[in-house]
Amino acid sequence: MRNICFYFEIHQPLRLKRYRFFEIGQDHYYYDDFQNEERIRYLADQAYLPTNRIIAELIRSSNGNFRCTFSISGIALEQLEQYAPEVIDSFKELAKTGSVEFLAETYAHSLSSIFDANEFKQQVKMHSDKIEVLFGKRPTAFRNAELIYSDEIGELVSKMGYRTILLDEARQMLGWKSPNYVYNHEYLTKLKLLVRNHKLSDDIAFRFSNQSWNDYPLTAEKFVSWLNAMPQEEKIVNLWMGYEALGVFQRPESGIYDFMKALPYHAMEQQISFMLPSEVGKKLETAGSISAQHPISWSGLEKDISPWTGNDLQQEALHKLYGVSERVRLCNDKPLQHDWLMLQSSDHFRYMSHKDAYGTNYESPYEAFMNYMNVLADFLERVDAQYPTTIENEELNELLKTINHQEKEIETLEEELKKLRARKSKKEN
Amino acid sequence: MFGWEFPPHILGGLGTASYGLTKGMALQDDMEITFVIPKPHGDEDQSFLKIVGACNVPVVWKDNDWDYVNQRIGSQMHPDEYFWLRNGIKYDYTRIYTNDLGCIDFSGRYPDNLIEEISNYEAVASVLAHQMEFDIIHSHDWLTYPAGVFAKQISGKPLVIHVHATDFDRSRGQVNPTVYGIEKRGMDAADHIMTVSDLTRKIVIEKYFQDPRKVTTVHNAVDPLKDVDLYKKTPRKERVVTFLGRITMQKGPEYFVEAAYRVLQKTKNVRFVMAGNGDMLIAMIDLVAKRNIADRFHFTGFLKGSQVHQMLADSDVYIMPSVSEPFGISPLEAMQVGTPSIISKQSGCAEILTHAIKTDYWDIDAMADAIYSIVKNPAMYESLSKLGLEEVNNIKWQDAGLKVRAIYESVM
Repeated sequence: MRNICFYFEIHQPLRLKRYRFFEIGQDHYYYDDFQNEERIRYLADQAYLPTNRIIAELIRSSNGNFRCTFSISGIALEQLEQYAPEVIDSFKELAKTGSVEFLAETYAHSLSSIFDANEFKQQVKMHSDKIEVLFGKRPTAFRNAELIYSDEIGELVSKMGYRTILLDEARQMLGWKSPNYVYNHEYLTKLKLLVRNHKLSDDIAFRFSNQSWNDYPLTAEKFVSWLNAMPQEEKIVNLWMGYEALGVFQRPESGIYDFMKALPYHAMEQQISFMLPSEVGKKLETAGSISAQHPISWSGLEKDISPWTGNDLQQEALHKLYGVSERVRLCNDKPLQHDWLMLQSSDHFRYMSHKDAYGTNYESPYEAFMNYMNVLADFLERVDAQYPTTIENEELNELLKTINHQEKEIETLEEELKKLRARKSKKEN
Repeated sequence: MFGWEFPPHILGGLGTASYGLTKGMALQDDMEITFVIPKPHGDEDQSFLKIVGACNVPVVWKDNDWDYVNQRIGSQMHPDEYFWLRNGIKYDYTRIYTNDLGCIDFSGRYPDNLIEEISNYEAVASVLAHQMEFDIIHSHDWLTYPAGVFAKQISGKPLVIHVHATDFDRSRGQVNPTVYGIEKRGMDAADHIMTVSDLTRKIVIEKYFQDPRKVTTVHNAVDPLKDVDLYKKTPRKERVVTFLGRITMQKGPEYFVEAAYRVLQKTKNVRFVMAGNGDMLIAMIDLVAKRNIADRFHFTGFLKGSQVHQMLADSDVYIMPSVSEPFGISPLEAMQVGTPSIISKQSGCAEILTHAIKTDYWDIDAMADAIYSIVKNPAMYESLSKLGLEEVNNIKWQDAGLKVRAIYESVM
């Protein structure tokens, strides 16, 4: 029996406002509220809400046999809570059906998996906490921001207790292998790897309404017949896309919703069922291990991380940012830590790419860099005010360790004192 | 081709562009170019085209013997050619003041009696049109449009005019009606109009009421700098930001001063240089003094030749805040020596450059921000410098030449 695994991603960065250099040190608010609100409201009204309604209906009418997965970044959740809380409510409704799974990821949709393992762990935990609070279930499957993956990242994630990781169909990793199998990690064989079917996913997400496409119009019947024509051993087809694909990239007029409504019936008619990533990991046999020594992602033809880290501008920005991560984690200034997360969104670095600045709202990569660096300069000044960068990292750690030790010592001494006092008062009684 | 300037004796960008374009076109094997200018100096590079000096073309018949002509103009034109051209005199131009050879004395500059010089140039064109063999007439800028139009009327050959600038650029909207009239007549008579940018194309269509189908953009390019290795940056502790050009209203020098003022509020490690001369120089010196930044703001006066390249190479940022710039070749020259450029969106060259910072000319905040970013972030400087150099090396006159050729063929 063949299975479809649907997964939809929601992420929107907190976009930065125009921040000139003379505001450095003066203005500590970095975000373009108007733009962010408008963007989220637009997506909520055009895509998230209507599509959620359709998915709820599909689950109901198929008795829970239609199943799908969501991955919503922490930053996106925060913005939804603020600007479109009804979207959160409608996801809560979906969560109650039991046919929907929420994935773990980095809270800030960040590149921390590459630059800072400690930050990465902290963010993943933070995100899982938030998902558990909102939707009542702790995720067991993980997908990284931009589907970035390498053996090393797999190991990190596995150690945190996640059993399944999602990644993209990258030729340098899969070679001739088909994405339609479950694989496992090179040496941590319990860690299951699911691979996005690049062609079929993009057929729905990007080509559906393209009239010059050979296969236009795409009907559910046609789509299911493609699945049927695959070799019998290929058990799983992973269809993963941005949630905006349904409603914004593909407008309702294109018939995308009718396609989605018809798909489960045609699929089930052909004995094709729907699965969630955690179920796939448990139920299907793996076809062997695959390995990626260098990080892969889901972007472009190269499927590497060059859209975020490929040029000098991006390198400088990332190194400046992650240079202070130790210090930021040490401090307990709430606004500072919040800004720290917001500044880590991979999008900010994508906008600085010369070759593929997808989704940018800047006129050029240089402008994106200029604006980001001005904001970062102010942010670094604030970090510096807490923990001056003139002190070396090690030195700082030592000092803090001493302070921590002292605190603990004081605590134990105090407890002892309490006990003694209690004993004393007992005796007196 | 009718032009007004040709290197090495040039007064503005027109001469540089004429040289680059003809050199790029000459790479096509079957292209033969005769370039007419009012007054050659004899040291022009004639390896790829033939220069005819309008001041050596007789417009009034005078009897002279071969040796006398040879002694007078032999260094610039063969006497045989003089006598041959003399046969092309079909009209009576005795009303024009001519010298002993029947030729007109041109200044070759932009004198006060420019309009008269333009019409005298027209007279020369009539002689050439009657006598010479050619397939197409190409006129560079408004000074030569009347000559081109007349040559077309006489020979019946197609006329292409090349708009390097319009009076709207030069005057910020205060157009001189006489100049406008000459420009408009030239454009109306032309079979095709080439503009150096889409910006200029739009002006030609909207302000001169030309049929858009008749107007094509051919962006300028830049000649590779031969002795590029000569121009090395002198290491110094402070960053240098440079404005280089005529200090006139068109170039927006006041925006540069204001941007400098803003940058200096935040950092002291920068010096600003304004190189060039012009009618706003005094006003700019006053403004700098008023903003109290004179200790960090320097005026060099007019620079020429290799001084220009050295100044550009020594700069960390080149800035061109032009209010209206049909093309603007100088940012490309800055990029050739690896200097990052900030240009106004109102410049034609912004249309073809990716690795340069573009701001509105009036947006001094954005300009200041860009300057600050380049002097503060090494990655910004390096990227713009490295990628800019790569980019500018791929902007070739040869490609512009091919576009011009295609236009020729469409009207022939």
